[in-house]
Amino acid sequence: MSDTNVQEMEKPEFYLREEHHPEESTMIGFWLYLMSDCLIFAVLFATHAVLGRNYAAGPSPADLFDLQLVAINTAMLLFSSITYGFAMLEMERGRQKSTLVWLAITGVFGAIFIGLELYEFIHLIHEGAGPSRSAFLSSFFTLVGTHGLHVTFGLVWLVTLMVQVSIHGLIPANRRRLMCLSMFWHFLDVVWIGVFSFVYLMGVLG
Amino acid sequence: MSFDSDLLRFVFGRLTLEAIPYHEPILVATFIAVALGGAALFALITYYKKWGYLWHEWLTSVDHKKIGIMYIILALIMLLRGFSDAVMMRIQQAIAFNGAEGYLPPHHYDQVFTAHGVIMIFFMAMPFVTGLMNLVVPLQIGARDVSFPFLNNFSFWMTAAGAVIIMISLFVGEFARTGWLAYPPLSGADYSAGVGVDYYIWGLQVAGVGTTLSGINLIATILKMRAPGMTMMKMPVFTWTSLCTNVLIVASFPVLTATLALLSLDRYVGTNFFTNDLGGNPMMYVNLIWIWGHPEVYILILPAFGIFSEVVATFCGKRLFGYASMVYATVVITILSYIVWLHHFFTMGSGASVNSFFGITTMIISIPTGAKMFNWLFTMYRGRIRFEVPMLWTIGFMVTFVIGGMTGVLLAVPPADFVLHNSLFLIAHFHNVIIGGVVFGLMAGVVYWFPKAFGFKLDPFWGKMSFWFWLTGFYFAFMPLYVLGLMGVTRRVSQFEDPSLQIWFVIAAFGALLIGIGILSFLIQLFVSFRRRNELLDLTGDPWDGRTLEWATSSPPPDYNFAFTPVVHDHDSWWDMKKRGYERPTEGFLPIHMPKNTGAGIILGGISVVLAFAIIWYIWWLAAVSFIAMLAVAIGHTFNYKRDFYIPVEEVIETENKRTTLLAGQV
Repeated sequence: MSDTNVQEMEKPEFYLREEHHPEESTMIGFWLYLMSDCLIFAVLFATHAVLGRNYAAGPSPADLFDLQLVAINTAMLLFSSITYGFAMLEMERGRQKSTLVWLAITGVFGAIFIGLELYEFIHLIHEGAGPSRSAFLSSFFTLVGTHGLHVTFGLVWLVTLMVQVSIHGLIPANRRRLMCLSMFWHFLDVVWIGVFSFVYLMGVLG
Repeated sequence: MSFDSDLLRFVFGRLTLEAIPYHEPILVATFIAVALGGAALFALITYYKKWGYLWHEWLTSVDHKKIGIMYIILALIMLLRGFSDAVMMRIQQAIAFNGAEGYLPPHHYDQVFTAHGVIMIFFMAMPFVTGLMNLVVPLQIGARDVSFPFLNNFSFWMTAAGAVIIMISLFVGEFARTGWLAYPPLSGADYSAGVGVDYYIWGLQVAGVGTTLSGINLIATILKMRAPGMTMMKMPVFTWTSLCTNVLIVASFPVLTATLALLSLDRYVGTNFFTNDLGGNPMMYVNLIWIWGHPEVYILILPAFGIFSEVVATFCGKRLFGYASMVYATVVITILSYIVWLHHFFTMGSGASVNSFFGITTMIISIPTGAKMFNWLFTMYRGRIRFEVPMLWTIGFMVTFVIGGMTGVLLAVPPADFVLHNSLFLIAHFHNVIIGGVVFGLMAGVVYWFPKAFGFKLDPFWGKMSFWFWLTGFYFAFMPLYVLGLMGVTRRVSQFEDPSLQIWFVIAAFGALLIGIGILSFLIQLFVSFRRRNELLDLTGDPWDGRTLEWATSSPPPDYNFAFTPVVHDHDSWWDMKKRGYERPTEGFLPIHMPKNTGAGIILGGISVVLAFAIIWYIWWLAAVSFIAMLAVAIGHTFNYKRDFYIPVEEVIETENKRTTLLAGQV
């Protein structure tokens, strides 16, 4: 439309007289962060897809992986996701104490997961199947280890949040933080399902 | 004795006195110059008692405008460093003929070209682009700050920390000798055992954290903080290109982070991702790094396209031709930029089908880019063009970029690329699009938005000097490289046998001299404008008769940007407001909710430098200490819940009344 037409139109309101409250950005910001993290995992999965069969005359997944141990480990992480879900339900009901209890149970499951993973790693390294043995083992340790580091970081975060909830209660800021950690925790669960299927199950099949 | 050396090794890792390059006169002179400059700056700040001001108003600021300005200052400092590297290369190549070895030994020359590329892309162009986006985007969308103001401050300090790590390599140890993308196996532990590649890795990793977080921040800002009424298709074009750029950042920098992490595992832990034995695959690295690397060039050019769109519309006094097509072109380029990465290594041997696919996708990108070019031309057509300095940069860009674009399409043809791969033709091509596109755009943006940031315009005479020297300097410096590339001269060579080539290198060196005068003119322009700031004052807040919301507020804008949040009815909303008789509100002010400053960002950035330094030199105790310190500061920061405050209404009234008086004095 040309400028002359614009001039003829009536004069609308050009500014808000009351205080403007833009939409809450934390959730979309955290989602974006999770997607960027997801790309890091995507690179590691892609690397494993390319290098995961390069055994360099060394051990293969079938020789190394103890699927029972990994299944228990997987269960630990899945349980921790459920218990985190319970914590969030309690948070919605405004019950601080039981929120904290469920968070603590989540933390215990997470810690067992990390413990079992460390045990597996140490065992492999003892058998001479460390990360520098072959490209397959490099990518295996890096992918699984990166996931483990994330869970460890999540545990530190979990403890911090439990302290903060005990100090300040379930105030909006803390609810938002618990929500972010919840998304992070479930995200790690989803990534682990990928790790379990593609690295362990298909590795042993391959 | 052995106990002593063990202890020394524990305390200092592999850092010894030999790491200080006191036997290299060039570096010693540089160090003395930097040290003197730093000491003088330190003394000046102390003398004028400005430390408190600097700390409270700038270093700890969460104000997007100040953070934007700090990004741009960082970029200008790094431009000087990167340009010095360029001049050193140009002089070396101009004299190292007929058996003369020049003045740079190969191991030094290799560090210079690596540092030049790394610094110009990561620490000049990236902070410059991020700085302009930070400064302008919240103003253009009528917001008071970004979505996450503390994160913004933290991102800046991580970028600055990365730059510091790279700069330390100049005086302690060495920098990588691998080229700016550090391809393995050359960059692996076997062939680059020293600290150079480690400086490269950790400098980029630290800065990469900042870049990714700032990308997330700006996407959230653009999606969630827009003024009421500003639908996506009413956003200014610069905001659109910023959105696409930040999408590219968030979708590509994690790939760089992961790739460099794998390279560092190869170097530190002895894994076999990119080695030649035990199943490693170096081409995996080349693929991964370019999956980041190609989007990266669009991360740089898209904001420049946005700047040109704003400048053309403003200085032609017309609405931008084809707004919707401009938006779609930007989005199409964003998507296409992900499926062209393989054109950087057609010679890898992927086969004819794969090469054809990537050749064709590459050529397709020139279609939306061409559409943009025509949009700018049609905006100028029958416009009332004002040849102010930003417009000169824009016209210089349009001519220069088309040449660079055409040589790019030429390189996208795989058989042609087999001949020209890694030749100076390639070097000429990407400098043609980066200087002719990104740098010209950034210069246009600086001149255009400078009055908004500081309240006075830049001196036009020195601006024109800068433009003409840059433009002619560019052609003198890079057209000879096209010629040399066609003659088969490859990149990264420090000595030549064939004397008939020398004349072209001499012309190129002359071009670098002209560009140097262009940069100098820009610095003089800053100085002269500061001296003449009272004559160049912009009291209206709208010195160019602008079209978008950033011109609706004062120059420089108050901390809160807008006393009342604007309501948008049309794109070019400020133009629309002016046309329809907008009157600035002078009463009814309210207290304004704002974020508080914090020192956590600069502290975390500082610790990152120490941590990176410790890891680079294998000083493990220091790495552990600084890592724990970093965690403690980060967690400690989350215990601070009082992060915002209200600017009292009296202060708002006082600020706005001052502006009312100034505006009344104008009429």
